[in-house]
Amino acid sequence: MDQIISNFNLLFQFPTVNLKIIIDGVMVGALFALAAYGLALVWGVMNVKNLAQGDFVIAGGYVAWFSSTQMGEYSIHPLLGVPLAFIVLWGVGWIVYKLVINRVIERDLFTSLLATFGVAIMTAQILNLLFGSDTQSIQLPYETLHLFGGVVDLPIAKLIGVGLAGVLALGVVLFMRYSRTGQAIRATAQDPRAARVLGINTDRIYAFTFSLNAAICGAAGAIIVMAWVIQPFYGIVYSIRAFVVVTAAGLGNLPGVIAAGLGLGVLEQYGALIFGIGYQQAIAVLLLLIVLIIRLAQQQRVRQALQ
Amino acid sequence: MKPLLKWSLSAFAAVGLMAAPQAASAQDCDTIELGAAISLTGKYATNGMHTQNGYEFAIDKIAEAGGVQIGDKCYNFNVTYYDDESKGDRAATLAERLIQQDEVQYMLGPYSSGMTKAIAPVTEKYKIPMIEAEGASRSLFNKGYKYLFAVLSTSEQYLAEAVNLAADVAKENGKDPSEVKLAVAVENDPFSLDIRAGVLEDAAKYDMDVVIDEKLPRDLSDMSAILTKVSLIKPDLLVVSGHSKGAATAVRQIEEQNIQTPMVAMTHCEAADVTGNYGDAANGILCATQWAETLKYEDPIFGTAANFEKEFKEAYPEYQGKTVPYQSAQAAAAVYVFKDAFERAGTLDKDAVRDAIAETDLMTFYGGIKFSDAGNNIAKPMVLRQIQDGQYNVVAPAKFASHDLIYPRK
Repeated sequence: MDQIISNFNLLFQFPTVNLKIIIDGVMVGALFALAAYGLALVWGVMNVKNLAQGDFVIAGGYVAWFSSTQMGEYSIHPLLGVPLAFIVLWGVGWIVYKLVINRVIERDLFTSLLATFGVAIMTAQILNLLFGSDTQSIQLPYETLHLFGGVVDLPIAKLIGVGLAGVLALGVVLFMRYSRTGQAIRATAQDPRAARVLGINTDRIYAFTFSLNAAICGAAGAIIVMAWVIQPFYGIVYSIRAFVVVTAAGLGNLPGVIAAGLGLGVLEQYGALIFGIGYQQAIAVLLLLIVLIIRLAQQQRVRQALQ
Repeated sequence: MKPLLKWSLSAFAAVGLMAAPQAASAQDCDTIELGAAISLTGKYATNGMHTQNGYEFAIDKIAEAGGVQIGDKCYNFNVTYYDDESKGDRAATLAERLIQQDEVQYMLGPYSSGMTKAIAPVTEKYKIPMIEAEGASRSLFNKGYKYLFAVLSTSEQYLAEAVNLAADVAKENGKDPSEVKLAVAVENDPFSLDIRAGVLEDAAKYDMDVVIDEKLPRDLSDMSAILTKVSLIKPDLLVVSGHSKGAATAVRQIEEQNIQTPMVAMTHCEAADVTGNYGDAANGILCATQWAETLKYEDPIFGTAANFEKEFKEAYPEYQGKTVPYQSAQAAAAVYVFKDAFERAGTLDKDAVRDAIAETDLMTFYGGIKFSDAGNNIAKPMVLRQIQDGQYNVVAPAKFASHDLIYPRK
């Protein structure tokens, strides 16, 4: 308890540290938001709760790491790993959809959870088999900016990563809003039967949506490996965050997903500083519980009012 | 036949005849079957492979040197491996299978304290001697096991030397060791918690102030919050232990956050290949090691520690350009202890072999090996290496040091 109090006091003894925590939180939160954005799409459109979300993120990280560090003279620049991971994971998403997901779309929640959990385990094991269990990362040849007398550190690699995450998120938002396919996806999400009557090939839309989700995850992973570290079994870290963010934001609230992702990132950084880094994941799970309790209470109130 | 060709054929035949008895004697050796459940897949796969390579290298070296001599017969080792997938329950099941179905009478240990903890009750139940090389947690050695022996130093010793080193530096700089501020960040697993315990015990001896004492999550990928605290509180020594992910994350983020702590000590530097992955950022880091190729240890099979390093790299070219991990060296030492025990026992009877192992007092390329009643090795110290210009140089304890400590780290 003394440790927690003295940690809490640091926030007042060194006020500039708050700025650092917020910046760190926004940087990591942007990637939580990106992973959650894809999950929100799949959940909202196909009603599939994808437990392999984080594993797609890690797979994208390995695509970027392998293509930029393990191909000798054919290695590409790490930044090109982001579009490459997007494309490769798009393909992976399409295959997974055809083999697994299209069989569980209209099944019960338990079936879809079980199927995607299987995909998660398979993905992690394949990555482990191919690349081993070592922690991997990519060192971008960029310095770190030290601001406010060295209190705030801004690694340029992370700034680039967050910038790319922002561009990708904006691109997906614009695509969903203005493209015909984006409109078809939204129509399918609202009422698949009506969408089918209007001539939309919903199976193709589902395949596209799931592939797009995997591709977004892949790009997020490619950004993560430039700024943090990855390991085949780290998928759960991002899956949990994605579920927390989508639950907190609510389905269909894509701007809310971005805000919740950033908020979770900042909250975790504060929690890690005050309570200890070992409680970082517990903070996410606790937040999930609180949100669920509040939402259930709201639903109950609405039900009582209707009665 | 031309004279030159005739001479060549004669010489070839003569060499063949000279070689024939050796080849025959190698074939005449019987086999001693050992069993091992090793992490060949899963989160410990890399270190599992280092362990298996160490076992196989030692088996080949012992065979080259004439095998294991029991009475007037010679034997070579053969290991039946199973993949425990880095899962404790699977490791225990496989140990049962090795003993019950494959009828293995002697075991080599798995990788990690966790796997060893899972297997040890099984080998104990069937009274199967197990020499292990990769389970360092001291909680393995307070359960009264009689058939478990470990060639490595227990984990509480890994980074305790860093505390002694910080105390020595404080004295050299005219400060009292009690003025040293210590930050500890270790993973919440049995191995790292032992390391923490050893560090805190030594810090208490000097009355040092532990200003940060944090536990890292198992899926650590970001420790910026801890390093933020480090940059504010400014400890004199930062100790990190979290397997290779802890080392990788710490080295990367210490550089990014420009952490100026004058001494940083950690485990698993080689496993995380911090010099290869992070270059100059790794310079100055102190790394705990069970063994180093520069240490002055020697035995008749492997030669010096430096010779082991050289021949191991020749046998396994994938280690060229890297530091041979101590996990491979200690695995080789475990096989060597079996050879020594079999020869002293003079029989294949497992209880006699167990007793011979318990009485081991052996100098090896890996260091001295002598087991306490609890089964841990008490004849070999841990050493600290500092990464200096990308090289791992032994700097502590003083009597093993090949280089001076660079302080503060650069």
